[in-house]
Amino acid sequence: MKFKKLIVASSIVATGLMTNLTYAAENIKVGVLHSLSGTMAISETTLKDTVLMMIADQNAQGGLLGKKLEAVVVDPASNWPLFAEKGRELLAKDKVDVIFGSWTSVSRKSVLPVLEELNGLMFYPVQYEGEESSKNVFYTGAAPNQQAIPAVDYLMNDIGAERWVLLGTDYVYPRTTNKILEAYLLAKGVKAEDIMVNYTPFGHSDWQNIVADVKKFGSTGKKTAVVSTINGDANIPFYKELGNQGISAEDIPVMAFSVGEEELSGFDTTPLVGHLAAWNYFQSVRTEENDKFITSWKKFIGNDKRVTNDPMEATYIGFKMWVKAVEKAGTTDVNAVEQAMIGIAVPNLTGGIAVMNSNHHLSKPVLIGEIQANGQFEVVWSTPDTVIGDAWSDFLPSSKDLISDWTAPVSCGNFNIKTAKCSGQ
Amino acid sequence: MLQILMLRIFPLLFLSLLSLHTFAASSDATTVERDTTFAALIAQLPTTKLSKMAPLVDEIAAQSAPQVPELLQHLMAGELYYLKATKQLVYAQQNQQQSYDLTAVLNGGELAPVTIYALKKIRTNNRIRGQIRELLANIDLSDKSASVRMQAVKQLLDNPNKTGIASVTRLIKKEQQGDIRELMSVVLLIEQLANGALAEKIAAISQLTGRLEPAVKNALVKEINKLSAQQENSELYKALNNAIGKMEQDGDFYQLLEHLFFGLSLGSVLLLAAIGLTITFGVMGVINMAHGEMMMLGAYTTYVIQQSFPSLIEYSLLMAVPAAFVVSGLVGILIERGVIRFLKGRPLETLLATFGISLILQQLVRTIFSPLNRQVEAPQWMSGSLEINPLFSLTYNRLYIILFALMVFFSLLLILKKSSLGLHVRAVSQNRDMARALSIKSAWVDAITFGLGSGIAGIAGVALSQLTNVGPNLGQAYIIDSFLVVVFGGVGNLWGTLVAAMTLGTFNKFLEPWMGPVLANIIVLVGLVLFIQKRPKGLFPQKGRSVE
Repeated sequence: MKFKKLIVASSIVATGLMTNLTYAAENIKVGVLHSLSGTMAISETTLKDTVLMMIADQNAQGGLLGKKLEAVVVDPASNWPLFAEKGRELLAKDKVDVIFGSWTSVSRKSVLPVLEELNGLMFYPVQYEGEESSKNVFYTGAAPNQQAIPAVDYLMNDIGAERWVLLGTDYVYPRTTNKILEAYLLAKGVKAEDIMVNYTPFGHSDWQNIVADVKKFGSTGKKTAVVSTINGDANIPFYKELGNQGISAEDIPVMAFSVGEEELSGFDTTPLVGHLAAWNYFQSVRTEENDKFITSWKKFIGNDKRVTNDPMEATYIGFKMWVKAVEKAGTTDVNAVEQAMIGIAVPNLTGGIAVMNSNHHLSKPVLIGEIQANGQFEVVWSTPDTVIGDAWSDFLPSSKDLISDWTAPVSCGNFNIKTAKCSGQ
Repeated sequence: MLQILMLRIFPLLFLSLLSLHTFAASSDATTVERDTTFAALIAQLPTTKLSKMAPLVDEIAAQSAPQVPELLQHLMAGELYYLKATKQLVYAQQNQQQSYDLTAVLNGGELAPVTIYALKKIRTNNRIRGQIRELLANIDLSDKSASVRMQAVKQLLDNPNKTGIASVTRLIKKEQQGDIRELMSVVLLIEQLANGALAEKIAAISQLTGRLEPAVKNALVKEINKLSAQQENSELYKALNNAIGKMEQDGDFYQLLEHLFFGLSLGSVLLLAAIGLTITFGVMGVINMAHGEMMMLGAYTTYVIQQSFPSLIEYSLLMAVPAAFVVSGLVGILIERGVIRFLKGRPLETLLATFGISLILQQLVRTIFSPLNRQVEAPQWMSGSLEINPLFSLTYNRLYIILFALMVFFSLLLILKKSSLGLHVRAVSQNRDMARALSIKSAWVDAITFGLGSGIAGIAGVALSQLTNVGPNLGQAYIIDSFLVVVFGGVGNLWGTLVAAMTLGTFNKFLEPWMGPVLANIIVLVGLVLFIQKRPKGLFPQKGRSVE
């Protein structure tokens, strides 16, 4: 009798397990490759939560292709080589169908060979320096021509800047961006002596000299503007020193590419009021989609004070696009989805439509905002239309002949239009 | 949606049509005038687009209504709002109850407070704020307060305009204050230099020579660039060249002073960071890798004090100094009693153990305060700068920190040299056995010494909270520098630490403009390594047998 019961019980358990197994095998797996510890955790944790929110949202709407989505979260711990290792783990062991991940360019460069070797698919949601287009990556953040170049145009035409200070943290993104900007300014007729470039290490806190130099550079009677690619918490002492040395946004405006709502949250932004930032998204833009997104984000995270920012929108657009592409292709197979992705359109949170182009970059609007006393930005300028992301900058001699087109017959990320060959760069 | 759009667009269209109409009307000057009273103009503010704002602001400023300066000031400060319901313009100021106190623009009457949702701000941007500042300067030239007039003249000097110069010509005779009159005359001289006859130009140059204002130099440079190659021997060219040469000399001199100040300021930060270590490492011989975390604790103490007494921000730093000393000092004593005393004479193990403690302390604040940086506010008296002349100003926060560092240094010197505690500390550090034989409780002295060193690190943390981000990694950034300073100055020598900190700081800041902060750091480090090769005991080695 007891024995019988045991058999019944175990068979119930077994069938339960089996259905569970079959159910799990039918889930679509979404890999999340964002640092949850270390220096980048502050920024990247938010993106992990954004992906989780999008997955929960999609599942609530009935999943995808009749299956449930399942997140596989790993922690590369702000350790660049670990991105490659964790990426391999996601693709080879967990067999994920898509990866959302990376923040710094160096981490993307680290995981890239793994993606190409194992034919994975990754969405990269942060503004970056360009000069790259991989078959296996979709870049939903801004390329330089979607952030840096319009920002400089704004300073030149609307503010009337004639002298330029390019300040940056010493790593690949600021260096490449500033190289492009320098070439662009020279091409616009700015003299070399009217451009000042300076790099500082991560976490730099003694800005006395540099700010004094900027002040002197800006006191020649010509309007001077600072373009800042300073990253991370070095920004706070920098802006403080500006205030202490009596430089206001009306004297010398600072245009930042890496300062967003998240970076400003919790800080007293009174000394920063009027300084500028260029992004493709600001939380303060009032559209129906954006209001909905902000409300659901605050609800998901359970904190009314949390803010939204540009990389979150890029993650949002990337996820929506991937869902549409999978529906269009009818499968999660990487090659099919990659081709289906091109031409997919999703509404931006700030209005207008984002389209994925054949170079794996988005068409997005560019917005310029002034910092307000409440830590938000007020849009003071925007492009009339969306701007197509350009993978290879036209202003660098090494890349001006290169284009990226992942559709047949070119199917190449670095096609040289002069030699009509895939340059293999 | 469409309706809203129409509603929004229609008034705009209407307005622009209206302005077109009035433009046509005023050109033949026969038909009705457009209503350009103050009230009518400001009524346009809520509906005017940002890109169309500039001419409207100009027009408002040209009004003679007494409310104009106040309106412009509030507009510049972002305190000008309108009530969504009635489109009435108001000045709004946030009050304690999360709502806004209102004052009507037109009659200055108080209105009932409302929440932010009932209000909408009149938007401005950098360009419009700059424009307003210029306009206000012209009005402020005849203000009652001398400092406002001074500011207005300075503004005019940087952005000269016709109306401003005309007012200065009119007002200079009435001006009582000497320095303002002087600056006003500079404005007029620059104007004379730009538009006067040759003799007037030369007269202006001779009077302007020796001024330090960048605007003067710019005017001179602009003048000299106007001259052609043939005129290079003319009197005017020589005079200009002379004046510019003199200005450049002055500029170089003040730049030197400025670098010296920056150097001393960095030196004082290094001194603060290292001085506690001189005691624990120099006098006791303990390699304390958790020294940086003592500073971090001091900085967090400042944060906690500011959070607990939000109404006393101005005094919070003064309160934080003793509090940080006590907190870090007690933690120091705890570490000494709990760990270090068991590792006496085993430097490698001490190093590893204290490194472990530093990690534990970092994780502790991460758990308690979150891994995000905390914001420590700067009191009013520490913001801004002391302007000595137009080329040379000292920021208050750096100035106070230099003074503070020296104060800490001399108090410590006094304690070590004059108090009985200092006597015991020195005795134990020089010859422990002999000191014990003379009935000094060496274990007690060790604990107190370590507490003293840690407490001073805590005080350093209070100062650092004003200069850098307060986060769990704050200490890490300074620990290497502190050891460098102590080793360079000569282990255990307070004066050596002072000289070493100031030397390293000044060196660094003089190298930085040429080679950038990263390379300057490397050069200083290499130089230091070479120096230590030559003099392993640093600048001022401790005399006597005991340190061996």
